[in-house]
Amino acid sequence: MAVDLSDSVILTQLDRLANWVRKNSLWPMPFGTACCGIELMATGASRHDIARFGAEVMRFSPRQCDLMIVAGRVVMKMLPILQRIWLQMPEPKWCISMGACASSGGVFDTYAVVQGVDRFMPVDVYIPGCPPRPEQVIQSVIDLQEKIRKTGTLIGKEFRERKASEAPLPLALELAPTETVISPGDFATGTRLRDEGQ
Amino acid sequence: MKHEDIVAHLKSRFGADGFATSEFRDNRRIIAQPSNLFAVLASLRGECGFDSLIDITAVDYLYYPNAKDRFGVVYALLDSVSGERIYVKTYLNEPELAVRSACSLWQGADWMEREVYDMYGIVFEGHPDLRRILMPEEFTAFPLRKDYPLRGRGERHNFPVLTRAEG
Repeated sequence: MAVDLSDSVILTQLDRLANWVRKNSLWPMPFGTACCGIELMATGASRHDIARFGAEVMRFSPRQCDLMIVAGRVVMKMLPILQRIWLQMPEPKWCISMGACASSGGVFDTYAVVQGVDRFMPVDVYIPGCPPRPEQVIQSVIDLQEKIRKTGTLIGKEFRERKASEAPLPLALELAPTETVISPGDFATGTRLRDEGQ
Repeated sequence: MKHEDIVAHLKSRFGADGFATSEFRDNRRIIAQPSNLFAVLASLRGECGFDSLIDITAVDYLYYPNAKDRFGVVYALLDSVSGERIYVKTYLNEPELAVRSACSLWQGADWMEREVYDMYGIVFEGHPDLRRILMPEEFTAFPLRKDYPLRGRGERHNFPVLTRAEG
């Protein structure tokens, strides 16, 4: 096409309008599996009210939501369910990974817990904490609103760019296994894989 | 029933060699053979008044010093009238990792035995629906055995990846 429409003032204004509308009405899909789910409920309650920021209702049907908040540890039995709910959400959709367990597995580095939900589905904002305070959850919604304001488009072009997996490298590539027993308090070496007896 | 009466009753039923007892403070244990375990449990329930099954669990003695058998299965019983507790234990070794299911005595043994099967691989014969309860059905290993690594063997990260462009 001879004219590059992406910088057209009409389309950028439409983008701005769409971003404004979408960011101020992010309806969350609360995927609360564990303790962070309680803090998510607290964030939705009257004292720290997430509805002030547009998250008016926590719809439990994924078809009616545009923001998935993964709150809590996700076990390997739950992950296919999580992926299925994510796929059922209509575009545009965003994901907030709430708490240490959803972001990285948290304290549960075991055979059953997925070490970070971003290994298997796309995440936009991470919230650290165990559990994060409701104010942190609200801050993450505000951060997501900033992200939508800066990078959002009417037709969702920014999503098509994210083709690569956003997961961290597998642990086995990052750290070499060692022979000695590492004490659990050593944060720098605590994630080494040990093969014998452990 | 008082503990001495319980032991005397079991001795009259199973003979003095049919089981062993041990005790520490107020923790009293009956150590039965896998062959007469169900009968001991039935006798404790029917005749000695232990009407409540509190828990069934198992122990893996693989790296335990001075262990003679690999697995132990522990039943915790409670007499709801007198408040007495007693623990019944048997030892199992591979390859005969099977005991008779206690579901016909206590309905609550159903899920407890499923959990022991899921985590240790001990089969309960006569169980109405013995399948995994905590791990997914396709999981092949028994995680709480001592030779299974804490972080697993890669099963937890063996899933398809959804990227934002396609999902």
